[in-house]
Formats: sequence, C-alpha cells, structure tokens
Amino acid sequence: MNSIQQSTAAFAVLALTAGGAWAAKSDATIGIQLEPPHLDPTSAAAGAIDQVLYSNVFEGLTRFGPDGSVGPGLAESWEISEDGTTYTFNLHTGVKFHDGTDLEATDVVFSLDRARAEDSQNAQKALFAGIESVEATGPTTVVVTLNAPQGNFLFNMAWGDAVIVAPESIDDIKGNPVGTGAFRFSEWKRGDSITIVRNADYWGAAPALEQATFKFISEPTAAFSAMMAGDIDAFYSYPAPENLVQFEADPRFTVLAGNTEGETILAINNKMEPFGDVRVRKAVSMAIDRQAIIDGAMFGYGTPIGTHFAPHHPDYVDLTGNAPHDPEAAKALLAEAGYPDGFETTLKLPPPSYARRGGEIIAAQLREIGIETEISNLEWAQWLEQVFRGYDYGMTIVSHTEPMDIGIYARPTYYFQYDNPGFQKLISELSVENDPARRSELLKEAQRTISEDYVNGFIFQLALTSVVDARLNGIWPDAPTQAVDLTGVSWTE
Amino acid sequence: MLRYTVKRLGSLLASLVVASLVIFACIEVVPGDPASFMLGINAQPDTVAALREELGLNRAPHERYIAWVSGLVTGDFGTSYTYRSPVSEIVVERLAISLPLAIYALSLTILVAFPVGILAATRRGSLTDISVMATTQLGVAIPNFWFALLMVLVFAVNLRWFSAGGFPGWDEGFLAAVKALTLPAIALALPQASILARVMRSSLLDTLSEDYIRTARAKGLTARQALRRHALRNALIPVLTIIGLQFSFLLAGAIIIENVFFLPGLGRLVFQAISQRDLIVVESVVMLLVFAVIIVNFLVDLAYAWVDPRLRSRT
Repeated sequence: MNSIQQSTAAFAVLALTAGGAWAAKSDATIGIQLEPPHLDPTSAAAGAIDQVLYSNVFEGLTRFGPDGSVGPGLAESWEISEDGTTYTFNLHTGVKFHDGTDLEATDVVFSLDRARAEDSQNAQKALFAGIESVEATGPTTVVVTLNAPQGNFLFNMAWGDAVIVAPESIDDIKGNPVGTGAFRFSEWKRGDSITIVRNADYWGAAPALEQATFKFISEPTAAFSAMMAGDIDAFYSYPAPENLVQFEADPRFTVLAGNTEGETILAINNKMEPFGDVRVRKAVSMAIDRQAIIDGAMFGYGTPIGTHFAPHHPDYVDLTGNAPHDPEAAKALLAEAGYPDGFETTLKLPPPSYARRGGEIIAAQLREIGIETEISNLEWAQWLEQVFRGYDYGMTIVSHTEPMDIGIYARPTYYFQYDNPGFQKLISELSVENDPARRSELLKEAQRTISEDYVNGFIFQLALTSVVDARLNGIWPDAPTQAVDLTGVSWTE
Repeated sequence: MLRYTVKRLGSLLASLVVASLVIFACIEVVPGDPASFMLGINAQPDTVAALREELGLNRAPHERYIAWVSGLVTGDFGTSYTYRSPVSEIVVERLAISLPLAIYALSLTILVAFPVGILAATRRGSLTDISVMATTQLGVAIPNFWFALLMVLVFAVNLRWFSAGGFPGWDEGFLAAVKALTLPAIALALPQASILARVMRSSLLDTLSEDYIRTARAKGLTARQALRRHALRNALIPVLTIIGLQFSFLLAGAIIIENVFFLPGLGRLVFQAISQRDLIVVESVVMLLVFAVIIVNFLVDLAYAWVDPRLRSRT
C-alpha cells in the first residue's frame, strides 16, 4: 500500500468513526428560558421546575399525555366508588426510586398528606382541598376518600404539584430530587444548566436519550446565536418570535407551533368604576381587534378566543362572535353607559412580551373609542402587589397558564373581582359532577356565562413555539402542562 | 505610612456601616412580597402566610436588620428565599465566573491601553497619535453589547470557533473555561481599554511637560530614560484611579455582557434576585460589592502613596 492509499484508508476509518459517533448520538441539549429556583415541584409555582422535572424525573399517580389527556402514571389502574368519593389506586409493582428504595403505597400517602397539610407550601394546594383521607390498604394499593365527588380529581393528580416523593428525600429535595422517572437527576451547574441521565432501573419503557441537558438562556439574541451556533439542539418555548421565519426557512431546523394552556386576557377590574357596568366592559371587548394583536405582538402565532377556555379542548365553544371588532358599536355602547367622550383608566403591564407589546396595541385600539389608558410597566413582584393583591388597576394583560382554570371566575376576591353567584353555583355543581356528558354541558355553560358577562377582554390563546434540530424527534409541540417530557425524544438515524 | 493606613481603614469601616443602612432601607421600601412571587397566582392565602412565616418576613424591620448585620459580621450571609441555599454558596459560585472574567478583561485592558497610551503620548500629533485617538473614540462610542453580538455572529455562528455563550465550569479544564470567557472579556475590555488609553495618554502628556522632566533631560537622560524614571510613575496616579473604578465596574457591571453570553455571573444574579424579590440575596450581594469597591479604593489609596511619597506625609 503506498502512502497515499494508506492515508486515504486512515481517513476513511476516521470518517467512519466520526460518522458512527454522530449516528449514535444519544444526548440532547435543550434550551429553556428560565432556571428553576430549586428542584421541588411540590413547593413553588415556578414553571421551570416542572419543565425540567415533570415526568422526566418525577411522576404522579396519573400523568398528562402530549395532547393533554390524562392517563395512568404510577397508578396502573384505579376504581372509583359508585358515589364518586372513593378512589382506589393500584400502583405498578417493581417501581424504584432513584436511590434504590421501592415505591410503596405509604409514599403516596406521605406525598398527598404533605401537599394538603396545614403548613404545606404547595403552590396549588387547592388541588388537594377535596381530599378527606389517604390510606394505604396494601403494599401497592392506596385509597383516597374525598369529602364530595370531584369530577377532575384524576386530572388534578396529574399536575406537577402532585408528584410522588419519598419521605426520606424531602430534606434534600430542593437540590437533589429523587423521583421514580425515566431519567435521574445528575448535575446542576447553577445559572448554566441541569443534566439528567437515563434511569437504568426504570419500570416503564426505557427512553432513547441517555442524557439530556437543559440550558437556561433568557436573552432572545443569545437564544438565537446558541441555536445557530449548534450549542443547543432544541429551544423549548423560543423567546423571540421575530426570528421564527428565519428558522423556518433553514432546513437544519424545524419550528414547532403548538398550543399552551395560556388564555391571554385583558383583565378588567370589575369592581372599579366604570367597569362595573357590563356595557362598558362589552365596549372594551369590542374595541379589541384580536388578530391585529396576534399579528403585531406575537408575529402571527396565537388563536383568538372569546372566553377563558383553551380552543384545543373538546368542550371549547367559539364565542369570539360575542365581541366582534366594531369600534362604532363600542362607542355607541359607551355613550349609552354615560361615557360619550370615553374615560381614562390605567393599564398595568407585567414583563412578558405578549403584555408589553400587546399593551401598546390595545391602548391604541381603546383610544379609537375614546378610552385613554395610562400605561405602566411593572415587574412581576410589583404586579402581584398592586394588581393581584391590591386591586389597584383598571386593566392589565396576563396569560393564565394553568390548565382548566375557568374556576377562578368563581372566586369573588380573585383580582378581576367578578362576583356572580350564578356562575359560582355552576362551578360548584361542576366540581362534584362525574358524568362526562353533563360535565361537558356545564363547562360550555360556564364559558358562555363569562363571555356574555364580558368579564374580561378575551384575546388569544398563547402559542408555544419551539425551534428544534430537524433530526430530533418527539419534542411535544403543545404544552398541556409546563413540561418538557423527554421520555419519547430520539434522534433520527 | 502606618498613620495613613489606619486613617484609611477608619473611613473604610464608616463607609461600610453607612452602606449597610442605606442598602437595608432601600430594600425595605421596595414593594413586592417574595412569598407571593414564589407561589404564583394560584396559591391560597394560607400557603403564602405559611411561607412568609418560614422565611422570617413577619419580623419587625429592626430585628431583621440586626439579624442580617450580625450574620454578615460572622460570615453568615443568610439563606436565599428562592434558591433556598446559603447566599454565600451562591455568591461563591457566581464569583468563580465574575472574578476571573473581571481580571481577564482588566488584564486585556491594561495590556492594550498602556502601550497604546504611551505610544500616542510620546508621538503627540503624529499619525499614530491621531489614529489612536480616533480608534479609542470609536471604542468608547461602540456599545459593548452590540460589539459582543457581532463577535458572536462572526466567531460562534459563522466560524464556530467559540460557543455562543455559557460557561462549562472550571472542572472542565482551565483552557475550556478561559476559552468560554474570551469573547466576553474582549467585549468588556474594548471600551475600558479605550478609556484607559486616553487617560494614559493625556496624563503622560501632562507630566511630560513638567519642569522636572526638563531638568531630567538637562542632566543628560535620554527621552526614553526620562519617560521611564520620572514621567511614567507620575502619570500613573490618574491611571490607577481609573483602573480601580474599572475593576469594581467589571465585577458587578458586566450584566449586559453576561446576558449576551448567558454567563451566570454576579451581575445577572443581582438582576434576577431583584425581579424575584429575593431580598436577602440582593442585600448581601450589594453589600459584598460595596465591600469590594471600598477595598479596591483602599488599595488604590495605598498605591497612590506608593507611587507618590508626598501623599504619605500630606495626610
């Protein structure tokens, strides 16, 4: 073999090994916007905790599928008593926590009792409010007794706030989460990334990825360059919609446009004059051109809504027709309510871009019917203080990202202060209803009620846009809950 | 020299006490409750109350101030509300990036500014001088985040020589860590080097026209010898002042560059802590920065006395 042949052969071997390494790629780096403050999904509202850990590291009795449906999780099956107040969960056998201990029924009892305890710091404590008692009746059997039937109990148990934790791991859970999931927690480089690795002892189907790293990048330009430079393989919930066109045109990337559970609303302080008058609220709703806001603030991503309900849900009713964009009719309504020359109010905007950009557009649209708004940009902490707890605002823009949260309209002290006993009765009826057909009816009724009361300006369902390496499959396009479930993610050969 | 040092130390302590009071008072008046922030908009009031109790937010302000300061004195910076881990631990992690980055950027600054400034001063009015003045003017004027973005586009996105950002950690090897800090350090150093070069030039020009330089030349020193033995040393005082200021600024003020390169540094920590109302982190880190600034100024004061013996006797 002469030297040229030799080096060619060497090169071929090199190329082969390099190619082989590429084909066997089994790790992925996922960009997300925010860093979790700590790693306990059961004691904080921060969505980033669930994004990293939900169903990857921690699992609940039930779990959300990619389409938002609720299926079995750690509970393989369950029976519901006739009267709908007793749930008997049968856990999978052979489930181990990442520290090697077995999952037992007593762990479930511990987790649920901890979440509903008096000193509980669970951000969604309401999910557990209906629980009367939790008992382990066998090594893998748990009986949950409710004080009244609860139609969405299985749904509630799928939330990240309801995952099952081991009692002995609680002390360290904020830095070292020990769950039952397909991935185990490996390393947290604070401020930079969290790495999880495949759990060899997983009770279910093994994930394709051996390792995954979540990298925290909140700056839109940094997200763009990290994606373009190949530092990260996917950016979940990409922060700069203005770049998406560029990614769409690039064959190296796929842009996923899906739905979130975030109803973006122009919330109105129903107790502040003149918003007590339904005609004024209707006028505000009719002044809004939803599509203009979606195009202008969200670069076209988003679905118009007419009520506080996710459009991809089977029970959704399209009520956008209740408040079509009609400035003339809106002006007439204002005049009828005694404000022919309009009025002045405040518009307080939290930091997300949907609010800041959307706020400018809405202010201009309201000006057309004579409503002058004084815009103030607030940080979240200020927003919580002034708007959410202080009721000191006229209007604000917020995306309500919790799934199935129409029940907030039944809380008269909730920040938009909508107090309608009829609606409250409807929701309490719904909460104890188990029959799917009747539930669907009630949900539709609830949507209509708040839409026809023009409680808030219902603008659009927040879209989820992710940028993914074209060879990476299985990233959920939709966000039925705040999770980046990697159990089904794999590379194309 | 001892008396000078003791006097400086005294004013250092007084500054620290005043700073702690001002910081605490500022944080007190900032609206926003950390517990509500952490629990979000679906939390029940009793949950928020339970968390407030655990965080110690229900205590009177003076009690919290005393607890905080006595903690600081004993080296206990408190526990972060959001991260729930000791502030000192978090700060040390962040300093592992911010301190090397500041030193890196400052070294680049000095390495560039000194020769350039001296060159321009000694060739006053020449083409070299004019082009140095023009380039440094540009360096001061260019926003460093824009320059940083430009470098990312060229060296990370197109050439792929560097990562677009992030920090692998020191345990990935010294070279990997230094490589990750290189683009940020250059971006930070550009305006600083421009400023410092200009200060160096004008300060040196001032001293070069002093009588003692003429005397030095008259007794037979070459221009170069006079520069090295007399002019440079005297020109250093304003330069040292600027270096002191630049170091303090680089330590905490790199936040924009940290964001561009998504580096978890001290600036970003404070910024996030403010928006999350992680008040204990804000208080302690700001206090630490005040401490760093005061120490740096103290060292600069000592350095003045070293380069200029007249200062020792004057005070």
